[in-house]
Amino acid sequence: MKQKTDSLISPGHIMPLSFLPTGRKARVKALMSNGISRRRMLDLGLISDTIIEALQKSPSGDPVAYLIRGAVIALRSEEASQIIVEAV
Amino acid sequence: MGLTNQSTGCCVLSDALHVERVSPGQKVIALAGNPNVGKSTVFNSLTGMRQHTGNWPGKTVTIAQGNFTHGDTQFILVDIPGTYSLMANSVEEEVARDFICFGNPDAVIVVADATCLERNLNLILQTLEATSNVVVCVNLMDEARRKKIRIDLEELSRQLGVPVAGTSARNGKGLDILMDEVWKVTSEKTNGSPLVIQYPEVIESAVSFLEPALKGVVKGGLNPRWVALRLLEDDERLLKAINNYLGYDLMRFEAIADGFRKAKETLDAAGIQPDLYKDMIVSGIVRKAEAISRRVVTVEKPGYNMRDQRIDRILTSRIYGIPIMIGLLGIIFWITITGANYPSSVLADGLFWVEEQLTDLFMAIGAPAWLHGLLVAGMYRTLAWVVSVMLPPMAIFFPLFTLLEDLGYLPRVAFNLDNFFKKACAHGKQALTMCMGFGCNAAGVVGCRIIDSPRERLVATITNNFVPCNGRFPTLIAIITMFFAGMLSGPFQSIVSTLILTGVIILGIIMTLVISRLLSRTILKGLPSSFTLELPPYRKPQAGRIIVRSILDRTLFVLGRAVMVAAPAGLIIWAMANIHAGGMSLLSHSANFLDPFARLFGMDGYILMAFILGFPANEIVIPILIMSYMAEGSMMEFESLIQLRELLVANGWTWLTAICVMLFSLMHWPCSTTCLTIRKETQSWKWTLVSILVPTLTGLCVCFVVANGARLLGLA
Repeated sequence: MKQKTDSLISPGHIMPLSFLPTGRKARVKALMSNGISRRRMLDLGLISDTIIEALQKSPSGDPVAYLIRGAVIALRSEEASQIIVEAV
Repeated sequence: MGLTNQSTGCCVLSDALHVERVSPGQKVIALAGNPNVGKSTVFNSLTGMRQHTGNWPGKTVTIAQGNFTHGDTQFILVDIPGTYSLMANSVEEEVARDFICFGNPDAVIVVADATCLERNLNLILQTLEATSNVVVCVNLMDEARRKKIRIDLEELSRQLGVPVAGTSARNGKGLDILMDEVWKVTSEKTNGSPLVIQYPEVIESAVSFLEPALKGVVKGGLNPRWVALRLLEDDERLLKAINNYLGYDLMRFEAIADGFRKAKETLDAAGIQPDLYKDMIVSGIVRKAEAISRRVVTVEKPGYNMRDQRIDRILTSRIYGIPIMIGLLGIIFWITITGANYPSSVLADGLFWVEEQLTDLFMAIGAPAWLHGLLVAGMYRTLAWVVSVMLPPMAIFFPLFTLLEDLGYLPRVAFNLDNFFKKACAHGKQALTMCMGFGCNAAGVVGCRIIDSPRERLVATITNNFVPCNGRFPTLIAIITMFFAGMLSGPFQSIVSTLILTGVIILGIIMTLVISRLLSRTILKGLPSSFTLELPPYRKPQAGRIIVRSILDRTLFVLGRAVMVAAPAGLIIWAMANIHAGGMSLLSHSANFLDPFARLFGMDGYILMAFILGFPANEIVIPILIMSYMAEGSMMEFESLIQLRELLVANGWTWLTAICVMLFSLMHWPCSTTCLTIRKETQSWKWTLVSILVPTLTGLCVCFVVANGARLLGLA
């Protein structure tokens, strides 16, 4: 199942971070959120070209833990869907 | 009910900003840092103060102060809230920024995590921008070594232009060097030439219009460049704070207003709106952090956090995550229940032996019977009960819970449960404040400060009492042992007790979620706000320290409070049982008065009175109850909890009474300490009242339904 979704997403594919399968890496392209939420994402170091790896889903599938600049950060799907990434 | 700044406690922290120097020679040092980097450990090691440190984000929510001497200088160390940035996105960040910028510290120590330096550099660079008197403390060097991460401290110091000290605060290593550097910075008043971050050219040229005009006008250690950069952010609150600090309005200076206008024009011409401007600033800092980290950090073994990831894959997995969580909770309860039995009866034997000696002594000196009754049968016996019933479970539970905390497991609990909280329209970090509530609800309420959104903070505050604190565990354990597991023998007894207790806790968590959702739908309408949850690296806990800390800090503190309350309560109970009016004791009068009301909810007048008298500390509910039953009837010899059961049954208890008492113990008003804490945190009596009413009404409703349902069905 996981492999199926993996193979659908080829490197260069542009999508919201929430679509990134676990175990895959992606490069940040743009942040769609505004205000405080945007500041919070920036504080995590999520500027363009930052590499993010999807590590682990929580038991219910949301939130998902991401590896961002050496720190493991859990994001809810609402936030992750506001981060546009390019699969690598 | 409006959610104003005042009602939600945003202004609570700001009072603590001013630090009094006792003598002019004293130096004030601010201790800043990301959450969870061992900041509190550094603080404790330096000041010798025992402030508990836990492995979860946002532990230091109050500003702690401590004194220490290094060389010939006295220092006041101020532990400011752990933050990732000084951009003032949350209350903590605002407090941290305000203290660093306007609190006049002689130096700022920024504590950073050696295993995660790049992320920590964000705060370091922002602090450097605001003040040059910075000493960087790269902590957890031992962890980094274990993970094969090498940090070139000299290069880091060269890059940042300020002193850097590597420490392992847990083992006390490197703190001397740190303090030498702090001493140098504060005594020499110069600190090399700190790094200045270069932003894109547009921003630099905008700043160049403003910065020269600010020089000479901004005083008191404020950095003109920092002020210029912040002014261009259009943050009115910050502008106000700066003006307040300076005591005059910056914009009234012709040159500054003029420079500001020109700077704005430059930015506008380049199409840079405030949002984009902030993005560019943040990006500049993040990129600088990335560049420095690349030069300074060498990871010898790529994939150094594979071990953590493997553990996470099990502890937060779809299939095992939640069962493991409940299992761990169960194991802790099982150890607590099994382990507490024996010391509990030994303590009781010892303490009641002392009571006999006391009685003999009173006889020997011919003291009047009422004095003996008041002091020995009233005060001493209640104290003996509190100590023997409460101390053993606490002394076992606290270290175990602290162990989980130090390992770094609690953020994983929040991660596992977050979706439930999201569905309840609550904040994900409420799971963390709930965990803190297991230790002490007052601590849980204070912990709610880690939630930025006022609405969600209130939801978390009001519902915190639905998880039983340590004062209530022994009550629950005692009742379970007496009524549901007592008839079983051997290992089954403790297993059944554990299962029931775990069930009660899960009920508490479910009620937390249900009531949170209900609040979010009614008086605290709103949607869950965005949040990010850090899952910090697992850390090797230090067994010895955990035991010492949790017994000294928590157990003795909680027990001390219980004892202080129990003594006068015992006195009152004895007096009430022995002062007669109209042929009945005052105790019977009050119990009879409460009785019809209490019966509606499956309890009796004595039980309800015990809960009311237990308002100062939940720990004493069962001891008070035993005292009142005993005071009314004949004295009984205490040998075990099972014998206690006979006393309760003789007073009309059934299994239904036991269930209702447990439910009411889980869901009733918070103890007085928690109530006062809620009042302090929310700055509002109204929300304090709501926090009392919500759990109480919930408990009464649940007890009413259970009691009368069972009666209707003919079960009891």
